[in-house]
Amino acid sequence: MSKKENTLKKKPIQEPPLEELEVGNVIYTTRLTTKFKSRLNWERPNERVVIAIIPGTIQKIMVEVGDRVEAGVPMLILEAMKMRNEVLAPVAGVIRTVNVKEGDLVPKSHLLVELD
Amino acid sequence: MSSDKKVQELQKRREQVQQGGGEQAIQKQVAMGKMTARERIIKLLDEGSFNEYDMFVEHEARDFGMEQKTLHGDGVITGTGTIGGRPVCIFAQDFTVAGGSLGSMHARKITKIMDHSLKMRMPLIGINDSGGARIQEGVNSLAGYGEIFFRNTLASGVIPQISVILGPCAGGAVYSPALTDFVFVVDGISKMFITGPEVIKTVLGEDISMEELGGARVHSETTGNAHFFSESEDECFDQIKSLLSYLPWSNTDVPARKKVIPPLEKYDISEIVPGDKRQPYDIRNVIRAVTDGSDFFEIQESWAANMVIGFGTMNGRTVGFVANQPLVLAGVLDVDSSDKSARFIRYCDAFNIPIVTLVDLPGYLPGVDQEHAGVIRHGAKVLYAYSEATVPKITVIIRKAYGGGYIAMNSRHLRADFVFAWPDAEVAVMGPEGAANIIFRKEIASAENPDAMRAQKVQEYKEKFANPYVAAAKGFIDSVIEPGETRKSLLHALEVSGDKSVGMPAKKHGIPPF
Repeated sequence: MSKKENTLKKKPIQEPPLEELEVGNVIYTTRLTTKFKSRLNWERPNERVVIAIIPGTIQKIMVEVGDRVEAGVPMLILEAMKMRNEVLAPVAGVIRTVNVKEGDLVPKSHLLVELD
Repeated sequence: MSSDKKVQELQKRREQVQQGGGEQAIQKQVAMGKMTARERIIKLLDEGSFNEYDMFVEHEARDFGMEQKTLHGDGVITGTGTIGGRPVCIFAQDFTVAGGSLGSMHARKITKIMDHSLKMRMPLIGINDSGGARIQEGVNSLAGYGEIFFRNTLASGVIPQISVILGPCAGGAVYSPALTDFVFVVDGISKMFITGPEVIKTVLGEDISMEELGGARVHSETTGNAHFFSESEDECFDQIKSLLSYLPWSNTDVPARKKVIPPLEKYDISEIVPGDKRQPYDIRNVIRAVTDGSDFFEIQESWAANMVIGFGTMNGRTVGFVANQPLVLAGVLDVDSSDKSARFIRYCDAFNIPIVTLVDLPGYLPGVDQEHAGVIRHGAKVLYAYSEATVPKITVIIRKAYGGGYIAMNSRHLRADFVFAWPDAEVAVMGPEGAANIIFRKEIASAENPDAMRAQKVQEYKEKFANPYVAAAKGFIDSVIEPGETRKSLLHALEVSGDKSVGMPAKKHGIPPF
């Protein structure tokens, strides 16, 4: 990268706006940081929804819609980082949807299976 | 002279080495907007002061055709010189020679100058610009990194160690800078990461550029790995010189004394802080209102900006400032601001620099993300660092010091030497609003007009507890002072604690909540 590009890239210094932040029942006027604004709201995980914990390829699917599965039963194989990862049923239930087919390349957090 | 020929040979050899990786490689370096390693050293050191060591070192690699290759200086330039007339040790990796890759002799040159700096007790400056391990040298190269990391650790807290990232610094190589005291980065030039964009893309499918992953801005604003950000290498070198002007040359030395000048008139301390404690102001202006010549050299300006750290001078001597910043996130303590301040407190303690703490915080940042990120263990670092520090520790409570935040910010209980408070200061378990809601819950709920009752109870609590006199009555605050008396009080406190001496229980070392 040349020096010229560097000067072009120089962002004008912008004063971030003042916003509100509540701490201990008091609302303060202050600047919020990017990190603070981009924090994710916590949600209770739904164990009946199974998502890909890592991007990879669906190598094999062992269940069909309507199958009753026990907790811990392998439902499909997600190949990622040269490893065959068995995706297990987190709870006992009936397969409501299977959202992938064999050979699919899935990104992280892709919905794989839903249980009833 | 009989040895004319020999002198000529020496000159020839020197010239060869000084060409680094040759014209083409130098052109490439320049095209990337970078100086060469030699130019960097010359620019940073006092004019004509560089004395090069190990110029004629050659690598010992005998595999993969390496035996045919000559690598000038083995890709790193080392030596001594002066900055501001005081001696320093320096090394600069030369990207034009085999990409600045680190082989065993390259590492040995670095460790030799490191040993020298520790033995002679002078700062070490490392300029990093390297593609990483020299793969042809295999485990010898890894051994080299390990030897460097070990010495970084030995020298930590004995001599100042400065890392300057002026090119790539990836993989294991990042850990030498991470172990040193201060890391300098330059926009568009510095790149630091453990695993690069290619690996991340292959393994995780995340598509990110080198700049977005580990560029200068990322490390200055997001990761906190860097302490100083600049737009150019020249600006970076000026920053290094400024920083060194505040530091002692070792842990048994004292910083050079500077000229004493009063603070600038434009920083009127009685005008800076709004009376309404919910309103923000820039705490750095309070610092500037008390330091000599309103001088404040901030560290990690863009990361965890809710806590401000840096050096200033008072009565000509270096002081470390740690201050809550009401302008950002209301000045709360959180994971990052705890890490930032704890490390700086330890730095000051290691190098005998008195610490002045300015307190104005509403408490800790609430949130699941903070709790799950381990704010307990990170917050504990602040308590640990203050408790362990034996340098003079002076506190000024400006507006709010609530709950755990009050304790953490160098309270009397952690052995502060002086605790001052402004007349507006509220020292309490929590703010009046929160406290009234709990203590008078029933009265408020059963009142005909709960809002009016709440306001009345908040007011009662304020008058009774939210002032500095309750803590002053217990001796937790030594003096309640007018804002305008702050500089005078600090100067006095620094003066009388000049010969401070305290003992700590004998131990090998403590177990800080790293």
